[in-house]
This record gives sequence, C-alpha cells and structure tokens, in this order.
Amino acid sequence: MTAQEMPVPMLTPRTRRPPNWLEAWLGHDAYRTVKGLVTNPISVIGLVLLALFIFIAAAAPILAPPLDSNDPYRIPRDGYGAVPKPPGTAWKVRQPSLPFWWKAVTGKDEWVHLMGTASGQWDIYYGVIWGTRTALFAGLTITLVGVIIGVFIGAISAYYGGWVDMILMRITDLFQAFPFLLTAMTLSAVLTPRLGKGLLAPMIALIVFSWMGFARLLRSDILSLREREYVLAARVIGVRDSRILFRHILPNAIFPTLVLASMRIGSYAITFAGLSFLGIGAEVGFADWGQLLSFARDWMTQLGEYWYIVMFPGITLVLFVLSWNLVGDALRDVLDPRLQGSR
Amino acid sequence: MVNYIIRRLIAVPFLLIGVTLLIFLMLLALTPTERTALYVREIPKNDRVLAGIIKKYGLDLPWYEQYWRWLFGTTVTNTENGVVTEERVGGILRGDLGYSRTASQPVAELLTRRFPATLELTLYSVIPVIAGGILLGVIGAVKHNKPIDHIVRIFGIVGWSFPDFVFGLLLLMAFYAGTGWFPPGRVSDWANKIIMSPEFHNYTSLITIDAVLNLRFDIFFDALRHLVLPVISLAYLWWALTLRVTRSSMLETLRQDYIMTARAKGLSEHAVIMQHALPNALMPVVTLSGGTVVGLLAGVVIIETVFNYPGMGAAAARAASQLDVVTELAFVLFNGLILVLANVVVDILYAYIDPRIRLD
Repeated sequence: MTAQEMPVPMLTPRTRRPPNWLEAWLGHDAYRTVKGLVTNPISVIGLVLLALFIFIAAAAPILAPPLDSNDPYRIPRDGYGAVPKPPGTAWKVRQPSLPFWWKAVTGKDEWVHLMGTASGQWDIYYGVIWGTRTALFAGLTITLVGVIIGVFIGAISAYYGGWVDMILMRITDLFQAFPFLLTAMTLSAVLTPRLGKGLLAPMIALIVFSWMGFARLLRSDILSLREREYVLAARVIGVRDSRILFRHILPNAIFPTLVLASMRIGSYAITFAGLSFLGIGAEVGFADWGQLLSFARDWMTQLGEYWYIVMFPGITLVLFVLSWNLVGDALRDVLDPRLQGSR
Repeated sequence: MVNYIIRRLIAVPFLLIGVTLLIFLMLLALTPTERTALYVREIPKNDRVLAGIIKKYGLDLPWYEQYWRWLFGTTVTNTENGVVTEERVGGILRGDLGYSRTASQPVAELLTRRFPATLELTLYSVIPVIAGGILLGVIGAVKHNKPIDHIVRIFGIVGWSFPDFVFGLLLLMAFYAGTGWFPPGRVSDWANKIIMSPEFHNYTSLITIDAVLNLRFDIFFDALRHLVLPVISLAYLWWALTLRVTRSSMLETLRQDYIMTARAKGLSEHAVIMQHALPNALMPVVTLSGGTVVGLLAGVVIIETVFNYPGMGAAAARAASQLDVVTELAFVLFNGLILVLANVVVDILYAYIDPRIRLD
C-alpha cells in the first residue's frame, strides 16, 4: 500500500459544535475572550458596575438636569453658606429644573439635595453624577494616549533594535526615574498658567509619565516575535518594515499591553482624583469626585456629622476603580489561562 | 558580582544628569520672570527692576548656559553704596534650591525641616507592609482556593482599588470624628511646646525616637497616637500589592518540579515552604520592596495632606496647588535622587540573591 492509497482519516474537529452567530461574527479568539469575561463571576460584577457607570455618565442630563445646559459640569450651589447640609434638605435658591422621574418616584414637587451639600453649598449629588463623566473621560483618555505613545516607542525600539533601542530605552529609564505623582503634580503646576485651570493640565502631566510601562512590555513581547519564521519570511519577500511591524508583528504582540492598559485605567482615575483632591486641576465647583472629597478637608473634626461629604463621592470612586480592576483582572485570566486564579 | 556592581554604577551618573536635564526642561517652560524665584524672594512689580534681575542672573541666556548656572551657581556683582562686592548665588549642587514662596523660607531649609517627619512616617509603614504582605501572600498561596485564600484575594483586589485619600478620610471619620482617639497632625499642642523648649534635645528629629532618648514616654505615646492612622492608610495599599505579588509568585514556585522532589523525599510541609519555596518566591518581592519604599515616599503627598501631617508631602502638595514650581521642582529633584539610588540598591541586592542576574 503506497502512501497515496492510505485511507485519509476523517478530520474530526475537536468541537463538533458549529460556531454560533456571535462566534462567527467575532472570530474564535475574541469570542473566547468575551465568553470568559461573561462566565467569570468576578468579571461579571465588574462589568455590571462598569455598565452602571457608563449608564450614569450617558444619562447625566436626565438624572441631574443641569442649571445651565451650556456649562453642565458646573455643580449648582444652593447659596453660599459654609456649613454642609444633610441629604434630603430642600433646595432653597437657584434650584435646577426638577428631573421628570422625581415626581413619578416620590410624588413630591420639590427638589431636594439627594446626597446633601458640601461646604459652600455645592450639591454633592450633581457632583457625583456629572463627575462620572469626568472620571470616565480622564481615565480613558490618559490610558489611551499613554498606550499609543507606549506602543509607538516600544514597537520602534524593539523592531529596529541597536542604537535606536538603546536610546529609546534609556529615555524610558529616565522617565521611570521620576516619582510619578510628585512629578505629575509639578508638570501640572508648570502647565496650568499656560493652559488655564482645567482638566487639560493634569491630564497631560499624567500622560507624560504614563507610557513607560506599556513601552517596556510591548518591546519585550515584540522581541520574542521578531525572529519568528513568519516574520523572516515576510522580510525575505520584501515586505516594507512598517508593514511587517504594524500588520504582522503588532497584532500578535499587543494583547498583554492591552490587558495592562485595562488594569491601569482604574489607577489613573485614582491619581487624577488624587490630584484634584490636592487642589490641582479643575477650578472649584467643577464636577469631579476628587474635588468633592477635598471639601471634607474643611471638616476634619466633624466628619462624623458630615459623613455624606466623604461617603457618597468616596464610595463612588472606589466602585469605579474596582469595576475596572475586576474586569482587567478577569481579562488577564482569560487571555493568559496559565495564570488562572493565581493572582 | 563586582563586575555587575560596576556596570550598574556606571549608569548612575548618566541617569542623574538625565534627571536634572528633564527637571531643568520643566524650568525652561516657565517665563524668565517666573524663574527669578530661583534667586530672589519676591518677584518685583517694576518692569525695569525685573529686567535688571533677569539680566543679572542670566535668565535670558541660552539654555545650556542657564543649565550650567542652575547646577553650579553663578557669580554676580552687587553694587551697594558704591561698594562693589562679588557673590556666588544659586546652584543646586551647592545646595541652593531657590526660595519657596508658599513656605516663606529657602527650599533647602524647608526640605531639611520637613524630611524627618516624612522619614518617620515612612519607616513606620515599611515594616508592616513588607512583613504583613509576605505573610498574607504565603498564607494565600499555601491555602490555595481555601476560604482564607479567597479572603486574602478579595482583600488584595479591594485594597488595590481603594484610593488612599478616601481610605484616610474614612479612617478619620471612624476613629477621630466620633471618638477623638487618633487625631491628625504630628503631636498634640502640649507635646509640641515641650519639644520646642530648650530642655528637650532633638537628636534625630524623629519625634518617637527623640522622646525615648529624652525619657519622655508621654510624648512617645502621643506621637505614636498621631502616627497610627497615616501609617495604616499609607501602608494598606502597598500591603495589598505585596500580598498579591507574593501570592502569585509563591503559587508559581509551588508548581515547580523541585518542590515536588522536596515533598517526595519526605520533607515536612513546613520545611518545603519555608526553606525551598519561599526564598525563590521572594525574588519579585525584593524588586517590589524597592518600589515600595519609593512608593511610600511618594504616597505621603496625599496622606500627609489628608492627616495634616507636617511632612515633605504636605509641603509639596501645598506648593503644587499654589503653582509654586520652584519649590515643586526641588522636591522632584530630591525624590528623584532617592529613587535612582534606591533602584541601584535593589538591583545589587537582587543580583546578590539571584546569581542568574549577574551572568547576564
């Protein structure tokens, strides 16, 4: 019997299950990732929390109709009194329009401070609701831009190697030699007079010192791929450098970097809130959780009485960070099954 | 080993030059008027006087000349009542870091006055972080997937998600606002009076140690009472991180073949874990520990502000919120120095523990 005559064994796919519509649409790997995320209880908690925050951010104008729709991030204030008022106190002056659901839910006609007011009568509820947008925007933007810079530098460094790699990595070392928070504060203080008081200065400051981790991780992942046969093959047939890098290597090397990014969003949100807690960032009255919390500093000895200044924005911030961390954790477990449950 | 240390040390001066260059770059982003704070106490309102000062200290020169002057200082001539005197001013290497507008004193003085308080806070935090984190991490790994492991894991994730300032404020709410047990600040007023008085000797400027040396145990306990909350809020975050790293590294190690061998030859579980697994599992923790010390020093910025603790961090936070860049940059320089040196120490320590590193 010659080789040609050998009966060809029926190739039975390991899974007989035909791909369902979602798998067909997403492709196998992405489907596996999504499936892993929605079947892991920890990540489900994270995803639900995250969905809640995205809902709050999207529905902010309905949940808390702003006083001035041109400047919705400005927290409305009920007078100028110094002493905070507890949750449930009725609005007295400059009341924003009543949200339509309020009457349906409570049957009352008057709008109250749902979460009380902070010193200066800034309404905490408005700050928490609109602050969700600020936190999402800041966390996502800082991480996204940081990843882009990191990917760019890491990819170039790894692919070209030699002195390019040497110089870029020494620059990375240098940026890592700085104490992160302190330097970001300083850069923010340098930028504020030039860019104006707002979100931009602290965000740029955080971005400038956020890309190094991504660059290093991607570099090491690319280095392990660079000498693979398929890359050599592409090089032999004369594919351009940039095409090899961006079409052949990057898609295979980028996943760990993306996982790291998802795990960093939470900590950048913390740092950003921390900066505004210290009074670096948006002006007073801008809807931002860190800033709401900084009002508590005026009442250090009476926090038992004015608990709502700390509790509402504080717990919101914790849940926000927790949601990203849970999702990031689960994502890592799914993408690197070897690590399952080890962290 | 010597070879490795030399190779590692050669990089240090370059890194330091880089750090100073980058800091100077931030200084250059300021206008010459703002940079006068490096040399004069108050920025003059009068334009002609201002231009004179900019000229005098060379704040309009090319960047490399300014960088040189910033590093080594500059010699200026003062003409007062017809008498011409020469004076050497500035120069961060001469210890002249400029004048802090927010603290109303020279920055170098501010740093030396504030540093002991921060050092004290950090020292008290390091030990519980590293020891406690390792202990919990090992327990979590050894009891993998048992209830205690789940508790440790949840603590790790939740702890890592808890912003330090929120945690600090909650602690203040629970243990100060109602009860007055653990007040903010560094010492009580009565203790501060004694510390300031001439009969109290400041040997180290670390109040808890000085108090013991002066045999004033009431002050010792008072200072300790003030340290409890900041230490906890500073430590728990790194605690969570240390335990996560220890746990995952320990799990990884326990899966190795040589551990199976150790068990197979009949060693007690205690010996397997303590003598065979732990030393190898602690490698990543050593790297992390260097980061922890530095991270704690950075974390004080927020924690000291929350607890009104008169350390370096609180001063830095105040300076930053009032855009006092000259003071800020001095703090960055100081902490950057510590960071660079700490990393060298950790690297050398690491090579000492793990011979594989040296052979690279």
